[in-house]
Amino acid sequence: MITLKKLNFTINCLFLLTFLAVHGQQTFPKNDISDERPKAFAFTHATIVIDPATTLEDATLIIKGGEIEAVGTQIRVPDGYAEIRAEGHFIYPSFIDMFSNYGQPEVVIPRRGNPYVKREQIQSDTKGGYNANEAIKSEYNGAHNFEVDKKMAKKLRSQGFGTVATFRPDGIARGTAALVVLGEGHENNMLLQPKVAAHYSFNKGSSTQDYPVSPMGAIALLRQTFYDAQWYASQEWKPFTDLSLQAIIDNRNLPQIIDTEGWLTALRANKVAKEFKLDFIIMGGGDEYQRIEEIKSMNAPLVIPLNFPKPFDVSDPYLLPKISLTDLKHWELAPFNPLLLAENNVQFAITSHPINQATDFLRNLRKSVLHGLSQEKALAALTTIPANLLKVSNRIGTLEKGKLANFIVLDGNLFDDGTMLLENYIKGEGHAVVQPPNKAVLGEYQLEARGLSATLKIQPKNKGYLAQLEAPKGTVQNITFSIDGEMLGLAFEIDKKKYNLGGWVSTSGNQTVLKGNGTVDLHRNISWKAIKKSDDTNNGTKKEVSKIAVQKGKVIYPFMAFGSEEKIRPKTILIKNTTVWTNEKEGILKNSDVLLENGKIAKIGNDLTVKNATIIDGTGKHLTPGIIDEHSHIAISSVNEIAANSGMVRMQDVLDSEDASIYRALAGGVVAAHLLHGSSDPIGGQSALIKLKWGESPENLKIQNAAPFIKFALGENPKRSKSAPSVRFPRSLMGLEQFYSNAFSEALDYKKDWAIYDQLDRKQKQNTAKPRKDILKEAMLEVVEGNRHISCHSYQQKEMLMLMDVAERYGFTVNTFTHALEGYRIADKMKLHGVGGSTFSDKWNFKWETRNAIPYNATIMNKEGVVTAINSDSRETIRHLNHEAAKAIKYGGSSAEDALKMITLNPAKLLHLDDTMGSIKTGKSADVVLWSASPMSIYSKPEKTIIEGAVYFDIETDKRLKKQNQKERTRIIQLMRSKGSAGTKSLKISNTKPEFHCEYIEQAQAE
Amino acid sequence: MMKKSISILLPFTILFFHCSNELVGQLMPKPAQTQTEPILLVGATVHTGTGEIIANGAVGFKKGKITYVGSLEGIGEQKADYKTKDVSGQHIYPGFILLNSLIGIEEIGGVPHSNDKLEEGDINPSLKTVFAFDTGSEHIPTLRFNGILHVESIRSGGLISGTSAVMEMDGWSWQEAILKEEAALHLHWPSSISTSYDKSTNTRNIKKNSSYDEKVMQLENLFSAAHSYKSIDGKRTNLKLEALQGLFEGKKVLAVHAEEPKEIIEGITFAKSHQVKNIVLVATYPVLSVKEFIKENKIPVVLPPTYDYPDHDGMDYDAYYSLPHLLSQEGITVALNHYGMLSTSRNLPFYAGMAVAFGMEKEEALKLITLNPAKILGVDDRIGSIAVGKDASIFVSRGDALDVQTNALSMAFIRGKEIVLDGAHQESYKRYSAKYGHGE
Repeated sequence: MITLKKLNFTINCLFLLTFLAVHGQQTFPKNDISDERPKAFAFTHATIVIDPATTLEDATLIIKGGEIEAVGTQIRVPDGYAEIRAEGHFIYPSFIDMFSNYGQPEVVIPRRGNPYVKREQIQSDTKGGYNANEAIKSEYNGAHNFEVDKKMAKKLRSQGFGTVATFRPDGIARGTAALVVLGEGHENNMLLQPKVAAHYSFNKGSSTQDYPVSPMGAIALLRQTFYDAQWYASQEWKPFTDLSLQAIIDNRNLPQIIDTEGWLTALRANKVAKEFKLDFIIMGGGDEYQRIEEIKSMNAPLVIPLNFPKPFDVSDPYLLPKISLTDLKHWELAPFNPLLLAENNVQFAITSHPINQATDFLRNLRKSVLHGLSQEKALAALTTIPANLLKVSNRIGTLEKGKLANFIVLDGNLFDDGTMLLENYIKGEGHAVVQPPNKAVLGEYQLEARGLSATLKIQPKNKGYLAQLEAPKGTVQNITFSIDGEMLGLAFEIDKKKYNLGGWVSTSGNQTVLKGNGTVDLHRNISWKAIKKSDDTNNGTKKEVSKIAVQKGKVIYPFMAFGSEEKIRPKTILIKNTTVWTNEKEGILKNSDVLLENGKIAKIGNDLTVKNATIIDGTGKHLTPGIIDEHSHIAISSVNEIAANSGMVRMQDVLDSEDASIYRALAGGVVAAHLLHGSSDPIGGQSALIKLKWGESPENLKIQNAAPFIKFALGENPKRSKSAPSVRFPRSLMGLEQFYSNAFSEALDYKKDWAIYDQLDRKQKQNTAKPRKDILKEAMLEVVEGNRHISCHSYQQKEMLMLMDVAERYGFTVNTFTHALEGYRIADKMKLHGVGGSTFSDKWNFKWETRNAIPYNATIMNKEGVVTAINSDSRETIRHLNHEAAKAIKYGGSSAEDALKMITLNPAKLLHLDDTMGSIKTGKSADVVLWSASPMSIYSKPEKTIIEGAVYFDIETDKRLKKQNQKERTRIIQLMRSKGSAGTKSLKISNTKPEFHCEYIEQAQAE
Repeated sequence: MMKKSISILLPFTILFFHCSNELVGQLMPKPAQTQTEPILLVGATVHTGTGEIIANGAVGFKKGKITYVGSLEGIGEQKADYKTKDVSGQHIYPGFILLNSLIGIEEIGGVPHSNDKLEEGDINPSLKTVFAFDTGSEHIPTLRFNGILHVESIRSGGLISGTSAVMEMDGWSWQEAILKEEAALHLHWPSSISTSYDKSTNTRNIKKNSSYDEKVMQLENLFSAAHSYKSIDGKRTNLKLEALQGLFEGKKVLAVHAEEPKEIIEGITFAKSHQVKNIVLVATYPVLSVKEFIKENKIPVVLPPTYDYPDHDGMDYDAYYSLPHLLSQEGITVALNHYGMLSTSRNLPFYAGMAVAFGMEKEEALKLITLNPAKILGVDDRIGSIAVGKDASIFVSRGDALDVQTNALSMAFIRGKEIVLDGAHQESYKRYSAKYGHGE
């Protein structure tokens, strides 16, 4: 007897268990008589993949009570066990998603206004004895808030998942994840382990508290929180209760997972991990291949998504230029990410996150294998690796005896294209995923009805059927064919007659017959039958997936237009017969040679010769020290934190090597930049000093052993003058004075507290509360002790005088007034204090406090003996700082050499870099620019910009890169066309970075 | 009552402080006197603005009009009619023209009440900048100092922002400073695409702007109505439609601001189909991809500053540096304007200089800020080049005025009036130099 409802092999009865299981827990009251049924069954004759390395053919899997009782070949099925013959079927351990939000409450991100024009929220809104920062939600327990979500469970099961570690993605400390299975029973049965991991991120989530608003603020908060937790743990009698810190301490032995969204943030997370000796598991972004060396050297396990981008709509030629080379290349290379990680021996698990991609998961998994990832590695990344990382491999991850019966059944190899995932077993309970076409029905029939004799062909199509009718005349048509329960139906029109047939399947002997009754033209009743002539010979549509995609595109550094496959390296360079602006007492040397060797200026002279040097003819050209921008915001991911005192944040934490501004500044002769925090706060973050080494990693951009700096800001921005609703102290210059005095006094008191504590002997220390380590106060102490230099955003003379007064009272010197637009009014006093002035050439009158600026500022300060620099504060202006310097010639008649010094030697002095930079002198760093003409002329342009002997910009190479850029774009776009990119009528492209300047705040842009 | 008394007092307070400022010497330079005697500038290199250079040349002007341009020898006996000024070794240029600017109606960008550029409504062809133009703007002396003697002043906002005025950079009031009261009507062609930002994925989604067709239809209706308005008998007055008439008569220019290639082509096609006589396109980088269209239709183009930052990562570092050259070598009439921080519009000459570094001939680059903008505004009969019969609105620089280090004006004339070059900045410079004893 053939039944239409049945699958290929029968396990239907087992599904019932799902429903029984709901009430199956012993502690629940009963409202019925007992109905416990045996939960014992066995799959036989299946191909069983026990673990990624072990596959058994013709094997048996025995399940009892939700666990695996036995697995192997030649095992007898014990009596009383239901046997399910599964020839031709594959059984795998079901997947484990260790980065899931399944069954957690939704996180609602509130709209956040522009903090410049809103009432600030300085304190946390969380009620109760929790952390002072609302983004620290470490007390959250994923198990307490878990609810079964049948719809989502079904979706995940259909992609092969059986177990997930679920957490709520909210906050910088996100609390703990629970290990749950994806069944539909009661939460008590679905929860395997209430706490299986602790989660962190750099995203404040639903917190409405202002701090932190930036990625560097998030890093600073996380660091301070970890220090606080250490301190809190060390206190025998807590001075106060902080349930969030307590939770961090309680959960520190769990696996620690941090969400990074990509390689750039992953490297940042890794730095935090190293500082606290934490073994972070890093949730990646799928772009790790772009900096594989750095990722590898983290030596940390990863969780990666398979979020492969869809092809772009490339149909509109005028919109094409808007798609970046980065986006194009990422489309091509993202599917190679798992392979490249595996090739570099980076351990990784795979997740279905982000969940909007979940329905593509299996397809993308197969795509990874198509792109070279081995099946073994792919399976391990979904089973044994997450089980090990979560320390639950004793219960899940393989099909070994004693483990949970979490497995999937497929009609072929998991990785073959077209293989269907039929069933997903959760703790031994089956869940149907796909009902494949009933093979018994497939085949070719001779259909006979009144007045009709034709051939009926029934074939599988996707998960259903395709029926075709071939009339005696030879015409073939597709007809409607359906199976509903035990009933089947056919509908078609032939010879202008409408047939509607219903029926069943019957067998006589070996013959399969479809038969039943029906109507012609809806009124004449007929009976019909179709006798099978032959079985379906079409062996499905499965295709074996082996590596067929070849990586044609190459990774370039940085991963964007004008990047190169090879990183730029230093050379020995001899520049001959050129005009050298030394910035030293020698002044401008004509017809001279300069040798650059080992990254240094090796010789300056005439008729120099050297073996194996690249010779550059400098005839008619000018060589100058490289330009240094004292005030820049390029090559960072964000600019402003928002705490009134943001001195704990560090711009070095958010360097971004993938910024086109770097290349464009190089093309303007810039070699180094001082990357400042913005001017949103009286005390801003700690600055970073970088060289523009295009293509290097963020870490390698940093100038080694550079002096530490910090941004201060005076005037309208820190006072929030434009914001009527602001409630943030200080609002006035008087307030600013007190703000600084207080910060420095607190720092000195902090030092005292530690000094007292440090003097105690071991015994006394045990009975004394240890002072709390405060990274902000430590930064303030560096400032007040003169070990961290201030570059202070300032416009008006009164505010500059105030800060100098405060500094003198505390016994240190302000290093630089940056902007210093009214510096010309107090230049003598600046000189006396010893502060430098770094100014705009001619920007003026753009806000009230700038109305007194004059373009003679640089000249006057310089003549008065103030170390004077001209800066850009703009990714645009940084590209022609030589023109800005030339304005000191135009306005006030500075000499050309003095003007050049304002963008080279003087900023080097202000930044304490002048021992290695700022002039052309033997022994200094080979940071030079070769110009087509005098550097002060508008008609001159940089032809080569050299940093430490490496040519980072070359006007000839640029021409080649432009062509290469175009060629690469064309290649990928053609590839995309061949993949038939859908005409979606819209173009989803990566966001381009906004221009960062002093006043830019993250949310002002985002909303 | 209280409120009222404050509002009465406030203007007095402001006036008081303003007066006190004047007392300490921060007064605007005094407007110049009408030219009384003929002047002949001799010995300089004359850059006529037409591409010509006259070495050791002379320029003469009487009653505000240029009466002689040529070699010093060429003037002959007429030399005696003029008061001669020796400017040997220096350079004479036609006054530079700053297009599409907020000068005169914006003072301090960050201080809203110092600005006069906001208005209600999307379609405002009848708004005339001239009435709002402040000759007392503190920006004006700083522009003159660098050779900018004329500004086309216009607000932006809405589809049609208003009608611009071409103003001279000298005058007791706007009435004395008018060069052309109604120059160009500024049409900001609707955006054909709209971009939305998705914070969670940090992506932007570019879609067709759903209101594009509707806005274009709005413009179609407006221009059609303006055409028929003229011939209606006994019509009721419609100031907006009246303001459009000048476009069909060739008295006003239509400045079409358009960004994307589709907008450029549709905006220009629209203007032509409505028989607008003089059209100029105000565009950015994408114009390069439709240069054939621009050429065929003989449309002059106003470009952003050469200093403009490339719009996206894939663009060449010198995309905007070389853009004027790339279009002008196709035979397209190109001019430059400024946008962004208003105070830096005084750098207009250097935008032209930068174009030279990236391929343009110097005298061609000079046209970007002299003759070409004059042609575009329909004022080339009066300004834009040094030619007999034109206004004597010229200046003398000690060096190359397109290069930062040598742009140094020694004298400047507007309609023959010799204007004061030093402004508050120079006065401050002198005061503080004296305080510190610099230059002693």
